[in-house]
Amino acid sequence: MKILVAVKRVVDYNVKVRVKADGSDVDIANVKMSMNPFDEIAVEEAVRLKEAGKATEIVAVSLGVKQCEETLRTALAMGADRAIHVETDAELQPLAVAKLLKAVADKEAPQLIILGKQAIDDDANQTGQMLAALLNAPQGTFASKVDVAGDKVNVTREIDGGLETVALSLPAIITTDLRLNEPRYVKLPNIMAAKKKPLDKLSPADLGVDPAPRLKTLKVAEPAVRSAGIKVGSVAELVAKLKNEAKVI
Amino acid sequence: MTYRAPIADIRFVLNELAGLNEVAALPGNEDVNPELVDAIVEEAAKLAENVIAPLNKIGDQHGNKLNDGVVTTAPGFKAAYQQFAENGWVSLGVSPEYGGQGMPGLVSMATEELWCASNVAFSLCPLLTLGALEALSHHASDEIKATYLPKMASGEWTGTMNLTEPQAGSDLAQVRSKAVPVGDGTYKISGQKIFITWGEHDMVENIVHLVLARLPDAPAGVKGISLFVVPKFLVNADGSLGARNDVKCVSIEHKLGIHASPTCVMSYGDQGGAIGYLVGEANKGLSYMFTMMNAARLGVGVEGMAIAERAYQQAVWYAKDRVQSRELGSDDPAPVAIIKHPDIRRMLMTMKAQIEAQRALTYFTGAALDKAGSHPDANEKAKWQAVVNFLIPIVKGWNTEQVNEIASLGVQIHGGMGFIEETGAAQHLRDARITAIYEGTTGIQALDLIGRKTAMERGMTAKALLGEAEAVAGKLKAAGLAEMGDALNAALVHARSTTDYVVGQFGEQPRAVAAGSVPFLKLMGIVLGGWQLGRAALVAKQKLADGEGDAAFFEAKLITARFYADHLLPQTGGLAAAILNGAASVMALPDEAF
Repeated sequence: MKILVAVKRVVDYNVKVRVKADGSDVDIANVKMSMNPFDEIAVEEAVRLKEAGKATEIVAVSLGVKQCEETLRTALAMGADRAIHVETDAELQPLAVAKLLKAVADKEAPQLIILGKQAIDDDANQTGQMLAALLNAPQGTFASKVDVAGDKVNVTREIDGGLETVALSLPAIITTDLRLNEPRYVKLPNIMAAKKKPLDKLSPADLGVDPAPRLKTLKVAEPAVRSAGIKVGSVAELVAKLKNEAKVI
Repeated sequence: MTYRAPIADIRFVLNELAGLNEVAALPGNEDVNPELVDAIVEEAAKLAENVIAPLNKIGDQHGNKLNDGVVTTAPGFKAAYQQFAENGWVSLGVSPEYGGQGMPGLVSMATEELWCASNVAFSLCPLLTLGALEALSHHASDEIKATYLPKMASGEWTGTMNLTEPQAGSDLAQVRSKAVPVGDGTYKISGQKIFITWGEHDMVENIVHLVLARLPDAPAGVKGISLFVVPKFLVNADGSLGARNDVKCVSIEHKLGIHASPTCVMSYGDQGGAIGYLVGEANKGLSYMFTMMNAARLGVGVEGMAIAERAYQQAVWYAKDRVQSRELGSDDPAPVAIIKHPDIRRMLMTMKAQIEAQRALTYFTGAALDKAGSHPDANEKAKWQAVVNFLIPIVKGWNTEQVNEIASLGVQIHGGMGFIEETGAAQHLRDARITAIYEGTTGIQALDLIGRKTAMERGMTAKALLGEAEAVAGKLKAAGLAEMGDALNAALVHARSTTDYVVGQFGEQPRAVAAGSVPFLKLMGIVLGGWQLGRAALVAKQKLADGEGDAAFFEAKLITARFYADHLLPQTGGLAAAILNGAASVMALPDEAF
């Protein structure tokens, strides 16, 4: 079984992001970037399936600027066998990403495609679903457990009411939730070996996809700063303030 | 408070100051490049921050327990060590011949800093293994190498260095442990060794002890000491473990710091003699130890700088969190975070500036050690060896003396809470204290510096490096950083006059020069640290002018270098006065008057 894993390069989760002065976007110049944590979980799951003898090959794919290579190297160090970089400086929105991934999937014909449920930069939570629609393939989103059996995969999903298990026919799309697994610490020899694994380059044109954005960002703003609290002198004062100023009672 | 690996500064120092590209150009380093090193440091940082750092306090509180020769390590240590070993970190710098990754010493140094800062007591276990592995790889027979090195490189077995005995500390000529030939090529080892770091523990299945002992016919003194391998469990021909050897941990020390690192008293031969195997030739043990001394001393210099970084991070966190008193000169009566108060900032800057200077000088020395080891040009190799020889006592002595001050400032910034163990500030001060003592005290480093490293070579290397610093001072002035250039030049005057004094007077009045040897070491540390921060400032200025990279980082670097020039470099004047004029009063008082 071949698995395709999509990985996105995002601002590291430890970084306190800042908005550009003109309010057009988040400022990512000179900011530490790393693999989207949900995608790390996706790679880890693929590697575990391979270690369990259920998968034979893992192909990691990333779309975007040149430095996505580093993100792909991380995936290779974690255990992916080879990587595909669709290089473009264009702004990529979920639909364009889904179209590009579909084109890659058409070439690679994987039985399973695993993605993070969302990226921590724009939190869109759309790509996996769109990709499933474009491929006309079944989807198991927000997976907390994945069990491949024959030509089916059982995916346990985290939903509002609890857990739901769906059986999907392969080929299928899975998007990962936080509790699916805990990604490993990469072994040093694998970091070295990752440098020697194949990393193929494609462009959106090679795949026949126009990635031009369909949505326009009007404005990006930082959340309002929380104002400082005050001390009240008595319960009566508190109640008065809640009633007259906060207007919550 | 958690630890965050200072990756930006490490990357800057590696690439802009230490010369990673020059090290990568050395034969055997074809795979080394900035992207690979980045990936290595970032992955090491994850393990250091998330797995090893959280055990630092636990290790301090629990220490180790000894029960009938068995040492139980603090909770979590065994699992963390196994993860560390399985992920291949022990063998980063080990030759591929023994299963290692063959990375140069400079790259190992960057990860070493992370292990030391996250948990210095933990880091000592693999560090000692690497020391023992290094000694065996240079001097042992092929058979011994094949038996022990792959298991040590993988971290499955750890190693120890058994040098010290109760009567033989800094003076190893006094070693008394005995080795008697059995007749089959092996030896029976007996005697007691003290201060054996990670001498016994429960994290691995076998421990490989390197032991200094005397053969029956050995000459007295340093020329009669041989080196032996003594495994905790004997190793069968097929590599499996055999009988338990006659070596036992009889006690572990109660120490000021590094509680999680078991410091063992090892007893050899209580049951008739531990089986040992001679390493290399008889009576050459001490000279084998000396071949590893530079790397070991540099390693302790890294420890000092790394603990300082950890103490600094904790102090910054507290200074931003702790709200106390209104801002001086402000009309607003509201109390502010103490980082607003000038003296707190002075302390933080004193910590930060010295750490960054030390990191630069230490990594520069690490790169020099790589070049001295494998530069293809014999002249370059010799030049770098001289640089290494001169800088090692300075990096070891200066970093480890200053970490005492830096970690103490960390406690001071915490105020009364710093004196309370709960905050963790005190642990860094306690853990740091040993670094100025082991692998040669500061006094020993300073003697080495004035004697073999300065006077005996007529100050040649010293003056060459001071010349480099002078060139940097000139460039600083030309680059519009005149205050820094002037401060460096002023410090260089003191460095030169004291170097001339050491060279000129050491033969005539060695005791007078020795009386000022530690001040001389500190003076050299401050000046050479200033040289490196001067270089850093020049790079930062250029990058800002070119609009390249992270502007905030480079602006901070310029301010930090300026602080160093304003506050640290002027200390050289006072030190020079003490060195040049202060010897008489050191020696004048009769012993009875003390």
